[in-house]
Amino acid sequence: MTIYKTTKYILLLVGSLMLNITWADDGSLFMLVGNCMGCHGPNGVSLGPATPNIAGMNPSTFVKAMEEFRDEERPSTVMRHIAKGYSDEDFQTMADYFVKQAFIPYQQTVDADKVKKGAKLHQKYCQKCHTNSVHTIVGSTNLAGQWMLYLQFTLVDIYTGVRDMPIRVLQIVENMVQLEGIESVDNLIHFYASQTEHK
Amino acid sequence: MITRRNFIKIATGITAAGLSGCSNFSIATAKKRVIVIGGGAGGATAAKYIRQVDPSIDVTLIEKNRYYYTCFMSSSVLSGERKIDSIKFSYDGLIKRGIKVVHHLAVGIDPITKTVTTQNGDIFYYDRLIVSPGIDFKWDTIEGYDKTIAKTIPHAWDSGYQTITLRKQLEAMKDGGTVIITVPHKPFRCHPAPFGRASEMAQYLKQHKPKSKILILDANEKFAQQKLFIQGWKKLYGYGTDNSLIEWYPFSDGGGEVVQVDAKERAIYVGPFEDQHQADVINVIPAQKAGKIAFTADLVDETGWCPVNQKTFESKRHKDIHVIGDACIASPMARSAYAANSQAKVCAVAVVKALQGEEMGTPSYLNACYSIVGKDYGISVAAVYRLEGDKIKWIRGAGGLSPMDASAEVRKREMYYAHSWFKNITYDMFR
Repeated sequence: MTIYKTTKYILLLVGSLMLNITWADDGSLFMLVGNCMGCHGPNGVSLGPATPNIAGMNPSTFVKAMEEFRDEERPSTVMRHIAKGYSDEDFQTMADYFVKQAFIPYQQTVDADKVKKGAKLHQKYCQKCHTNSVHTIVGSTNLAGQWMLYLQFTLVDIYTGVRDMPIRVLQIVENMVQLEGIESVDNLIHFYASQTEHK
Repeated sequence: MITRRNFIKIATGITAAGLSGCSNFSIATAKKRVIVIGGGAGGATAAKYIRQVDPSIDVTLIEKNRYYYTCFMSSSVLSGERKIDSIKFSYDGLIKRGIKVVHHLAVGIDPITKTVTTQNGDIFYYDRLIVSPGIDFKWDTIEGYDKTIAKTIPHAWDSGYQTITLRKQLEAMKDGGTVIITVPHKPFRCHPAPFGRASEMAQYLKQHKPKSKILILDANEKFAQQKLFIQGWKKLYGYGTDNSLIEWYPFSDGGGEVVQVDAKERAIYVGPFEDQHQADVINVIPAQKAGKIAFTADLVDETGWCPVNQKTFESKRHKDIHVIGDACIASPMARSAYAANSQAKVCAVAVVKALQGEEMGTPSYLNACYSIVGKDYGISVAAVYRLEGDKIKWIRGAGGLSPMDASAEVRKREMYYAHSWFKNITYDMFR
């Protein structure tokens, strides 16, 4: 996988991104969320394939993720350190900010055959909770248009049990891999990455 | 001094900015002017965000070079994993955001008339000035080493041409050659970087010139992320064995400050006994201090760095001048790109709020920094800071390094995260 190259398309889309903050305040909000953008990109729209896009992220999912990082209940590299530096109120403030930011999906190179297979897998195993692969439902993270590398990290963590998930989720993933083979994970990733038409 | 000639330039500047009436005093009631000196990690971010925080402010960035080559990730050019163009950034992104970019060297600051002079004699007026000059070298501490010699015995502690030179020398070196990297006493720009550099050089040599050796001669006893680096070196480069690609010598055991460079003999003299070392490739990283303009403008104290109010980054020595990035004293924050970026955002708010005559809010500071140890092998450090009283304090527990003994998968992910981070942080600075 090419890790350095981001397509021109993405840069064009994001090229015009402006910071979306009301400056009536004293700058506290910007100084808080501004620190996230060094790694997660402008307004949370990550330009790097490993770091997830957090723009438009559901606020309760956001807060839960930060709590889990802070309490080291979810595998991470730097987030377990960073999350400990903020209060519950900070988590909520960040969540409220990022949900208001437009999720800009990526035009990643996907394999049409895998997308087709992934679509079926999504319908069969995931759709019940991750409604129509869209990122807007409660309790669901941004899947559609998310970076493939990040999706891969996440699915591998779930499948290998590194990341603690509700038993039902784990069972579904295990069940899928058992019935459809390990390549089903890759097919799903290609499908989600292909879903760049957002509602 | 504002001479008659320069006064006319200032007045012309006012007209150019769309104001009528040629009195210098009318500026106070007109558009507020912020000047940023230095278009690196700190300065570029500050210029960008001041415009975003308050688009009514006139922002001018004064930066000598047309392109900025990042120091961060430059070691991946040494390993061959990256091309130099991937760490090269223009100022077009900032220009598109309405920032005026002036490509001249700032040579003088007058805090009384609130003006900046550039090398070509132009004078620029400011209401607030942000100085982000980076580092300069203590050239006079090394006999026989100067800017000219550095063209053949590079420091590569500024990126660009220096990085290319070092890479070419590595490429030209025979298998079985010796590379020396000398590490100055702390503090210097990015404490883990000499060891990241040694690692990425070793990554290249392991593949192409495996009989070679890298000697790190350190003026200190310990180094940043030492255990993590050494664990990686043991795994990847045979560290500690006779065939190790990397050898590290602390001050007390063969290391020390470089006291002399003999360019003709390609030799350096190191430590209290001035031990002679010769090598095929020599990378001298000299001791460091704040960038030159900070000295010219009397912004430094006896340490050679710039004391600032840690909430606003306003200089403790001169009013309405702020200093950010490597040059400022913001301990315990590191001298890193992320730290400079984070400080620049806080400083942008401080400057805008001061110009608006309003109180600024609560600052928040962050540092996150990656090192590549080898192929599919990254490590990191991260920390969150806040203001306690008038000091930046690390929030206990909110920070740390990658774990020791992590799985190959974790190390590989940190390598990916490092490159992802680079994409995002450089966008945040330059686009």
